[in-house]
Amino acid sequence: MTELTSLTLAEACDRLRKKDISAVELTSAHVAAVEKARALNAYVLETPEQAVAMAKASDARIAKGEAGPLEGIPLAIKDLFATKGVRTTACSHILDNFVPTYESTITSQLWRDGAVMLGKTNNDEFAMGSSNETSCFGTVQSPWRREGSNTPLVPGGSSGGSAAAVAAQLCLGATATDTGGSIRQPAAFTGTVGIKPTYGRCSRWGVVAFASSLDQAGPITKTVRDAAIMLRSMAGPDAKDTTCVDRPVPDYEAAIGKSVKGLRIGIPKEYRLDGMPAEIEKIWQQGCDWLKSGGAELVDVSLPHTKYALPAYYIVAPAEASSNLARYDGVRYGLRAPGRDITDMYEKTRAEGFGAEVRRRVMIGTYVLSAGYYDAYYLRAQQVRTLIKRDFEQCFEAGVHAMLTPATPSAAFGIGEKGGADPVEMYLNDVFTVTVNMAGLPGIAVPAGSDAQGLPLGLQLIGRPFDEETLFSLGEVIEREAGRFVAKSWW
Amino acid sequence: MNQQANQHKLIKGATGDWEVVIGMEVHAQVSSKSKLFSGASTEFGAAPNSHVSLVDAAMPGMLPVINAECVDQAVRTGLGLNAQINLRSVFDRKNYFYPDLPQGYQISQYKQPVVGEGEIVVDLPDGEAVTIGIERLHLEQDAGKSLHDRHPQMSAVDLNRSGVALMEIVSKPDLRSAEEAKAYVTKLRSIMRYLGTCDGNMEEGSLRADVNVSVRKPGAPLGTRCEIKNVNSIRFIGQAIEHEARRQIEIIEDGGTIVQETRLFDPNRGETRSMRSKEEAHDYRYFPDPDLLPLELDAEAVAALKARLPELPDEKKARFVRDFGLSPYDAGQLVAERETADYFETVAKERDAKLAANWVINELFGRLNKEGQSVATSPLSAAQLGGLIELISDKTISGKIAKDLFEILWTEGGDPRALVAARGMAQVTDLGAIGAIIDELIAQNPDKVAQAKANPKAMMWFVGQAMKSSGGKASPQAVNELLKSKLGV
Repeated sequence: MTELTSLTLAEACDRLRKKDISAVELTSAHVAAVEKARALNAYVLETPEQAVAMAKASDARIAKGEAGPLEGIPLAIKDLFATKGVRTTACSHILDNFVPTYESTITSQLWRDGAVMLGKTNNDEFAMGSSNETSCFGTVQSPWRREGSNTPLVPGGSSGGSAAAVAAQLCLGATATDTGGSIRQPAAFTGTVGIKPTYGRCSRWGVVAFASSLDQAGPITKTVRDAAIMLRSMAGPDAKDTTCVDRPVPDYEAAIGKSVKGLRIGIPKEYRLDGMPAEIEKIWQQGCDWLKSGGAELVDVSLPHTKYALPAYYIVAPAEASSNLARYDGVRYGLRAPGRDITDMYEKTRAEGFGAEVRRRVMIGTYVLSAGYYDAYYLRAQQVRTLIKRDFEQCFEAGVHAMLTPATPSAAFGIGEKGGADPVEMYLNDVFTVTVNMAGLPGIAVPAGSDAQGLPLGLQLIGRPFDEETLFSLGEVIEREAGRFVAKSWW
Repeated sequence: MNQQANQHKLIKGATGDWEVVIGMEVHAQVSSKSKLFSGASTEFGAAPNSHVSLVDAAMPGMLPVINAECVDQAVRTGLGLNAQINLRSVFDRKNYFYPDLPQGYQISQYKQPVVGEGEIVVDLPDGEAVTIGIERLHLEQDAGKSLHDRHPQMSAVDLNRSGVALMEIVSKPDLRSAEEAKAYVTKLRSIMRYLGTCDGNMEEGSLRADVNVSVRKPGAPLGTRCEIKNVNSIRFIGQAIEHEARRQIEIIEDGGTIVQETRLFDPNRGETRSMRSKEEAHDYRYFPDPDLLPLELDAEAVAALKARLPELPDEKKARFVRDFGLSPYDAGQLVAERETADYFETVAKERDAKLAANWVINELFGRLNKEGQSVATSPLSAAQLGGLIELISDKTISGKIAKDLFEILWTEGGDPRALVAARGMAQVTDLGAIGAIIDELIAQNPDKVAQAKANPKAMMWFVGQAMKSSGGKASPQAVNELLKSKLGV
């Protein structure tokens, strides 16, 4: 059975179609693996009965020759996606026992294409975090450990449960969301592939909102090809989300193996940080060399406003979050802590329901939008955002097809190691990824090597708007050269 | 505004005359089948929480989608207010916590409204016409309703209204009396009813006003204003302003100062009372709603909406004056409501329009008012009243008989001409018959004859007697002519 969980999504698709294996077998193998891996805390809700029922239906469709593109593929769903009849909490106490009566657009497209739901995965509360330590369900342990060490490591965040589930072979792919790096950073930490598509590529309908102008869903998978297959089902126009763009979804898988010859790859000098670990420098150079030998042309580019991205992000994202989270007020659903009067009820509910990091961001957001501070903070941050976007546009206009950067400034760190005293220490994890959200561009994280302690390190490719295909082509070149990174089971 | 012209609008205080300055924010519910950002129905009077979509209830992950019909309605209204239509406008979030505000913010338009500056002409009862500036019109969501009478310790929330589209129409501070404010809201309502963009039904809450009132000595800078929230009838608007202006004048004349605050009007006591001070005012933390793209309008689409606008009250009034020779005052009365104007036009079509106007305004309106009816429910159709006008015009009946006929038509109905024939109500124009009546009167009243010869005005006695003898059916004109010749006056 272990053999089945080690398949890639693409391999499993082939074997299911050949009726070499059944969807029920495949799903059952994963259900068993999930049960065995509870120590990781990757799943916050397992739905084995539903999974097997869906797999049976998949087998019936395969038998009738009506298989969808993801027929019988067991997936994990980040707890931010509303799943009809299945508890959805965003890993926040304030949504305790919230069971939606509706299905998010993305998950309904996955089920439409035949996928099977194994359960809901852990994440930082309301996707606010870079280590999956802010979840009300507790920390996720990365399946990775430093060589010769038992120190539990974070899987990254906020999609830590999804990344850990993919890395530990507890599913063939997982949905995730990325507001400032929440797909790419955990992918990089766990040796998996994660793509944040262009803003507007995937519908946000039914996905619990963190920061509406930055949130974008995407897949975390074992391989670049798997990500391409899964994104095709997730993407597409949606009349229920007016920020979702009405343009056809290409066959992303067709981009895999496409020559990268002649592509101009920008290497932004601002991403070379002072004090960056030599290992990061090394894999970045390695990535450059691989792309070059693939026929791509490397060009030095400058994105001069990069250094303002993180501070501007930590104004825009909390501002939107403070408003998006206002609906969790104890009036209609979720947690309600009784109070003397309505204001007291609000205060008690929100104090009890939100964790420390969420409360911090709601307060920051409220502050930066307040009368007298709006111009100095929010408006200025939006201006910075325009400049960041223009930096990228100018490079693309000058003929750059994509950029290559490190995905994270370090490998995975230990649980409880960062951000305890200073939240900014944690926020710095997103330094290479937030720019991409601020500019609304697509970005993919691909594992590219290991650090001295055997932990995976990732590279990030940033593309032109709606040119995810080029990212898949380039990403697969790196993947081909670097090989796959699979965690050794200790759980 | 001209100081002289406004003299009569000033309020007398102990220290001299005061001028009241009023600006209004009118909240008009957009006539549309579904809400501003969701597909839920806007029908009034449904069971609580029966018209609530996932979006209206602000369930996690829900997103607003703009209702294009509501946008068109706002643009139509803007065009009707002779206002600038902004081809690019932005929806913002106005953040505050309230149980009947599920999202924790109201989606509104703050810095970039869909409609900019405009103006409307308002007719006052004394015949004066004043031009009132429109500052802006923007689209926003209505909130739900909190119900406090269902449970001793708890409040209930009804979200049927939550998310219904409102137009907030903000005037410039151009209004100078309660009368003007009432006339302004009446005119706004009339324009929106003509356009079909708001039913103007104040009982159902389709039209509400926030009234900003300040007072000053004529020519002085603007005084500190108080805002009276949510006044829901035109009469109350007048009362609230009268009371608030008096209150402010008394405070200032007693040596006090006006504190900027929000007040509520209590219709039972006819007074305003403090709701919250400026210090207690919310910080709404407006910012552009990231769930919605800026609203982009196509100039051609706006032009198409403009081309399809109905004739509005001002144009109709001008046409009635020009084509029918009506006085501006009469025309103004007829066009106030579209149904009335349509009724009048049917009555007047190919008939004596002035006569038709007199009958509609004096007889019909008088009777409708008396019986608490409206043109829409009038027992007398425009065709019937038109028939009556024809009978007067062709001298089949006299004006006096016409009033009897009006009564019959009102209570019994029927075809006017057939009724006149069946009941022998036609005017007698036979000179022989009238002559015989007059001859008899002259023979029997030599003293009156002498008086009439001395003073021709005394002839009226003979007119009256002749009409009486004919049962009112004699043609007054024929009676007059025959009398003149027979009496030799």
